[in-house]
Amino acid sequence: MNTQASKKSSFSKWLVDNVIYVVLILLVVGIVSASPDFLSMTNLINILSQSSSRIIIALGVAGILITAGTDLSAGRMVGLAAVISASMLQAGDYAYRMYPNLPELPLIVPIVIAMAATGLIAALNGVIVAKFHVPPFIATLGMMIGVYGLTSIYFDRPPYGAQPIGGLSKAFTTFAQRGIKIGQYEFPYLIFYAIVVSLIIWVIWNKTQLGKNMYAIGGNPEAAKVSGVNVARNLIIIYTIAGLLYGLTGTLEAGRVGSATNNTGNMYELDAIAACVVGGVSLSGGIGTVPGVITGVLIFQVINYGLAFLGVSPYIQFIVKGAIIIVAVAFDMRKHAKKK
Amino acid sequence: MSESSTTNLLEMLNITKRFPGVLALDNVSLKVKPGSVHALMGENGAGKSTLMKCLFGIYSMDEGKILFDGKEVSFANSKQALENGVSMVHQELNQVRQQNVMDNIWLGRYPKKGIFIDEKKMYQDTAAIFKSLDISIDPRSKVSTLSVSEMQMVEIAKAVSYHSKIIVMDEPTSSLTETEVNHLFRIIKRLQSENVAIIYISHKMEEILKISDEVTIMRDGQYIATKSSKSLTTDEIIKLMVGRDLSQRFPEKINKPGELILKVSDLTAETQPSFSNVSFELRKGEILGIAGLVGSKRTEVVEALFGMRSLTSGTIELNGKVVKNHSPQQAIKNGFALVTEERRSTGIFPELSISFNSIISNMKQYKTKSGFLSDRKVADDTQWVIDSMKVKTPSQKTSIGSLSGGNQQKVIIGRWLLTKPDILLLDEPTRGIDVGAKFEIYQLINQLAAEGKGIIMISSEMPELLGVTDRILVMSNGKAAGIVETASTSQEEIMQLAALY
Repeated sequence: MNTQASKKSSFSKWLVDNVIYVVLILLVVGIVSASPDFLSMTNLINILSQSSSRIIIALGVAGILITAGTDLSAGRMVGLAAVISASMLQAGDYAYRMYPNLPELPLIVPIVIAMAATGLIAALNGVIVAKFHVPPFIATLGMMIGVYGLTSIYFDRPPYGAQPIGGLSKAFTTFAQRGIKIGQYEFPYLIFYAIVVSLIIWVIWNKTQLGKNMYAIGGNPEAAKVSGVNVARNLIIIYTIAGLLYGLTGTLEAGRVGSATNNTGNMYELDAIAACVVGGVSLSGGIGTVPGVITGVLIFQVINYGLAFLGVSPYIQFIVKGAIIIVAVAFDMRKHAKKK
Repeated sequence: MSESSTTNLLEMLNITKRFPGVLALDNVSLKVKPGSVHALMGENGAGKSTLMKCLFGIYSMDEGKILFDGKEVSFANSKQALENGVSMVHQELNQVRQQNVMDNIWLGRYPKKGIFIDEKKMYQDTAAIFKSLDISIDPRSKVSTLSVSEMQMVEIAKAVSYHSKIIVMDEPTSSLTETEVNHLFRIIKRLQSENVAIIYISHKMEEILKISDEVTIMRDGQYIATKSSKSLTTDEIIKLMVGRDLSQRFPEKINKPGELILKVSDLTAETQPSFSNVSFELRKGEILGIAGLVGSKRTEVVEALFGMRSLTSGTIELNGKVVKNHSPQQAIKNGFALVTEERRSTGIFPELSISFNSIISNMKQYKTKSGFLSDRKVADDTQWVIDSMKVKTPSQKTSIGSLSGGNQQKVIIGRWLLTKPDILLLDEPTRGIDVGAKFEIYQLINQLAAEGKGIIMISSEMPELLGVTDRILVMSNGKAAGIVETASTSQEEIMQLAALY
């Protein structure tokens, strides 16, 4: 009907719809033309492995953004999970163990404990937002501050006080730092973890009732309610899933870096939110895709790594990143803006 | 009346609903036969939507009972009504625009295979419903890409998917083209043949006579009559709808229209469907009313005058000179002022003081040389608003939200008078205001006109237009259907013009 007439030419429409992928390609082309050496397998692997844990936290945050919420406590939850898992995965012969008498646990136990802790806290976020109708910004701001206190209490205590929790067990560092050798290259396990998580989240978002409800709640909560969707329950589940992902991110970060402090994960939530919005997730809810979020993370990682590769000052990198966030969202607003 | 007859699908009996100070429904009854199209008619504010809200449990009724399929029912919410076979296609479509068509239809009850959604079944079921209703929309297309009529058809399909026995359609054709209306009517006929009953709320006489079997008419919250459509004519319906007497509710007119001040020619909005080719003139000291049904684009026209909507064509001449109002700022500079329809959402700053609310549109006037605002000038002008508008308030610092609707409206009108406008645009200036305060607003409007301002006033209350204005522009479906002299017109004439297109 009359919708056809108002459509722009198909190319410009395609361009507007896929602008983030174009940006990513242009970035790579730009960096490569400045320095052809950039195009190597090693660089690709480095970028992917640096992106991996960021993709996992960003997917958690993205689900919440799609419900028209937000989560400022994500980074601090990463820190909590990092501290918990590291404290339980110190090598048996390490001198400064937090729990000197703890036997070396199988990897899965501390990971599950860390994820359970962040999952619970995130569920609490969900309850506060869904049941007490506290705006998500405020609820998670409070939680961000509170969780930092909690993490610090756990972290800074006798006998060794505020020392980074290091000396991690071999199994743990292998889990987070090593990879699969294919030919002459080693592909970090991290990349595969990110791929598996992305696939699971994609399935949840696109193939389950929870996913559809998530989009409906963000897109038009009133419509969701009158159609019989239990908005509160769905919100709590979505926050909880995000919390589990933060827990996994925290564990991976501790293992990757080889130690953890109460400041691990600081500000990760803002990076994640930035990646989401650049990747096309709408802060007003109802819009967002898994490939978009992944691309958003990759764009930032390519800027980080690529500009450093070119020897650009890190201060200039900040300016570029800031500009990308604003320009990308300005573009997105044009796409959704409606003339009165 | 007989207590209950088995032939009716729905019986709403002796429904009464009171709001504080208002009797919204007074002993109203509605009886709908299965497989029939039952039109529900009445002026704006006659109580049609209140009655429907009682049916869907959005309002709880004070008296009366509802029988559906012979059993007494009382739905707690629209979801429950939906599941029991009573559904509504709203005027404002309640859809998740970012999702696709079938997601919307099955929202809240997706077919599942294990833990996954059964997309294939969802697609097939949607396609089957669409086929049975002769709707050609791809179930996978995004709702935001659909036209209004397509969205409406999706809503109807959703109602059908719940196996509804009765579907309420509220102004379903208000934004449809003629071909689309015909398609809607084919769908209605098809539903009828499957014994689905339709409650059809509309203002459009021709449509109603064409599609409906029975008509129930309401007026001022009261039940007036139920008649077979075949026995009715447009004139009779109008007579039943407006047949009330005009009591002395309006102040005597004291204004005298003078020379021409505003000439509007051929105004057409950029985004259609909206108004097109609207022309009229306004004189100094004249009160021009704009009448029209909901959806006739009255508000859009004054918003365009005030620079809030883009135009494809048309000129606005003020005092013989063409002015361009591309934004409210420009419009204010050119001497226009607009008191908006939605006082709560676009008029007042409820938590803030009367002082703030009075001067907010006129800030520049209060700047001193140093660039700060002068408290004394602000206080003087606030006091002027309170005195000359007769605002009843304990102090200038009182928050406007704590005043009555009438007093709030007076402050808003005062706010705009401080900008010294030549043209005052009033959109439903007495909405939600009690009768006594209305009289004061009318007096104020009269007085402003007597002082030489040109006033344009939109109203849905016919008696108000007839009591206050000098001439009335009647809008119908985005077009100017005619301009009538208030002194020599009648409600019937205006109604007929309003239903012209």
